[in-house]
Amino acid sequence: MDIHEYQAKEVLSNFGVTVPPGALAYSPEQAAYRARELGGDKWIVKAQVHAGGRGKAGGVKLCNSEAEIYEATENLFGKKLVTHQTGPEGKGIYRVYVEGAVPIAREIYLGFVLDRSSQRVMIVASSEGGMEIEEISAERPESIVRSTVEPAVGLQDFQAREIAFQLGIEPALTQQMVRTLKGCYQAFSELDATMVEINPLVVTSDNRVIALDAKMTFDDNALFRHPQIAELRDKSQEDPREARAADRGLSYVGLEGNIGCIVNGAGLAMATMDTIKLAGGEPANFLDIGGGATPERVAKAFRLVMSDSNVQAVLVNIFAGINRCDWVAEGVVQALKEVQVDVPVVVRLAGTNVEEGQKILAQSGLPLIRATSLMEAAERAVGAWKNDLDQNTRVRAVK
Amino acid sequence: MSILLDRESRVIVQGITGKIARFHTKDMIEYGTNVVGGVVPGKGGETVEGVPVFNTVKEAVEATGANASLVFVPPPFAADSIMEAADAGINYCVCITDGIPAQDMIRVKRYMYRYPKDKRMILTGPNCAGTISPGKALLGIMPGHIYLPGTVGIIGRSGTLGYEAAAQLKELGLGVSTSVGIGGDPINGSSFKDILEWFEKDPETEVIAMIGEIGGPQEAEAADYIKNHVTKPVVAYVAGLTAPKGRTMGHAGAIISAFGESASEKVEILSAAGVTVAENPAVIGETIASVMKKNAA
Repeated sequence: MDIHEYQAKEVLSNFGVTVPPGALAYSPEQAAYRARELGGDKWIVKAQVHAGGRGKAGGVKLCNSEAEIYEATENLFGKKLVTHQTGPEGKGIYRVYVEGAVPIAREIYLGFVLDRSSQRVMIVASSEGGMEIEEISAERPESIVRSTVEPAVGLQDFQAREIAFQLGIEPALTQQMVRTLKGCYQAFSELDATMVEINPLVVTSDNRVIALDAKMTFDDNALFRHPQIAELRDKSQEDPREARAADRGLSYVGLEGNIGCIVNGAGLAMATMDTIKLAGGEPANFLDIGGGATPERVAKAFRLVMSDSNVQAVLVNIFAGINRCDWVAEGVVQALKEVQVDVPVVVRLAGTNVEEGQKILAQSGLPLIRATSLMEAAERAVGAWKNDLDQNTRVRAVK
Repeated sequence: MSILLDRESRVIVQGITGKIARFHTKDMIEYGTNVVGGVVPGKGGETVEGVPVFNTVKEAVEATGANASLVFVPPPFAADSIMEAADAGINYCVCITDGIPAQDMIRVKRYMYRYPKDKRMILTGPNCAGTISPGKALLGIMPGHIYLPGTVGIIGRSGTLGYEAAAQLKELGLGVSTSVGIGGDPINGSSFKDILEWFEKDPETEVIAMIGEIGGPQEAEAADYIKNHVTKPVVAYVAGLTAPKGRTMGHAGAIISAFGESASEKVEILSAAGVTVAENPAVIGETIASVMKKNAA
């Protein structure tokens, strides 16, 4: 789960990380008022969306007066911000963060990630702050400093000092760097984060170390033990279909194509998408309905897939292990009687009791297109979509 | 022979009193697995599917001589159960549980390193379908009947995609020595490389099939290991050619975040290491069969 910058800053400041003075606003009036409350004569207004690259996309503005703040935020609220991370549809701006500007002397990149090779938390830092880490690793790989944390004892001072010296931080600022690094690590480990990124972490001209931006991602599997973090979820930043799927225990990712997929198992779901592509089509979604393909789950899956208006054919691919195919087939039949599906549906069943399952599909009277192998299923789905099939075999499921 | 699991394995089920665990305990016993007990704190003295339940893994090991464990414990408590098994002297543990916090798994891995290598428990999973040595024993939730006994060693991250491969092999009359699910989580007990090491040593395994997917460094690490240490032919398939960057595809571990983590990059790295890559999931079985034919010639 992602949270907003202002939330991440609040979390990190509770762990001893210094952040600029700032306040949240839900309207241009409030933004201007917040600036007056904060004092000073230079402010940054920042669109709060769950995506990086906000600056380049016009979501971050430097303002010199309350009037400028009003004008800048009026142009942000209610708009969609499109950055290189949001996709073409962008993310809605409903909150703006107003911060006092700080005099920047240098910018540092600081990231904490789960490193899958060492199976530990890894700190990634670079003296080239402000750029995306992908750019840094492409253009200035030698500037990147890495350090892993021993999980039994946590981040030690010497490790934090090593990082500070490798980044060329002035010795007088070492203590501030150590406090920042340890604070981030502590927040990461105590709150079950999967990513903490401060980009940039700045050294100000008056020698303070301040987190100018902050991004945190949390482990969905651990939210049960951090209710105060779970509360920070902002559904306005999520794809509505994906959020709805997650609430129903389904794993859904919307894509650009037009062949809807309903599959049990994440690996098989990806393999099914790949096969569709190979057969000349484009998958409309990733959807894993999980191990137990009950009629209710299959019905939910059909509703979800059909809510994408791009879908022009549906491919159901279920490998029944412990569930039996006859049971899954009954689920498909029941779902198609409940859910309005007006595009061709291809069903491929495999595994336990496959013959009985096929029989149920055949006897249902529903105009389903059946397939036995994965490749055949993909070809038939693509064929049905391309309208290549003979009109007699081109069938549509009824309401 | 087979790896990790055979007829002699004495199996306990942690969390045996749960509905799903009961179901699969029954299924494993019917398959011929030597299930000797179960563990649920506070339910010691009960009996499930004819086997005794103990309060602790230590008690179960003392009373039954158990050396393998299947963890069916809910996510908040699963890491603790794995560590309990490791501490009680279990040799091989499969964790089925899906949804364990990643940092719990970091702690589990760190905890297991307290033991010298010869006394360290081998863990596969979490979030996997389990391990099967066809005709011998089943430690997991897969349908036993889709696997024929044979000489193909399978290592896979995904459950149902692993079934797909086994079913394709069966269709061709080919069998499996052992199939090991390593799971779809970012931090897992054993990697492709760890299991490759076992298959390389197993005289019964002729060819090794790796079923990978997007995300993580483990396929690339396996490629490096294969190049230098594996003499047996290896076949691979990598799912997720159509997966977009930066999106999690169902498994917590299936997200492309660095170079070498996309399906096409993994295919390239594996091919360069001499691995025969099945181009699509429909030809995994055929590709293995043709490699076996070539190997026999």
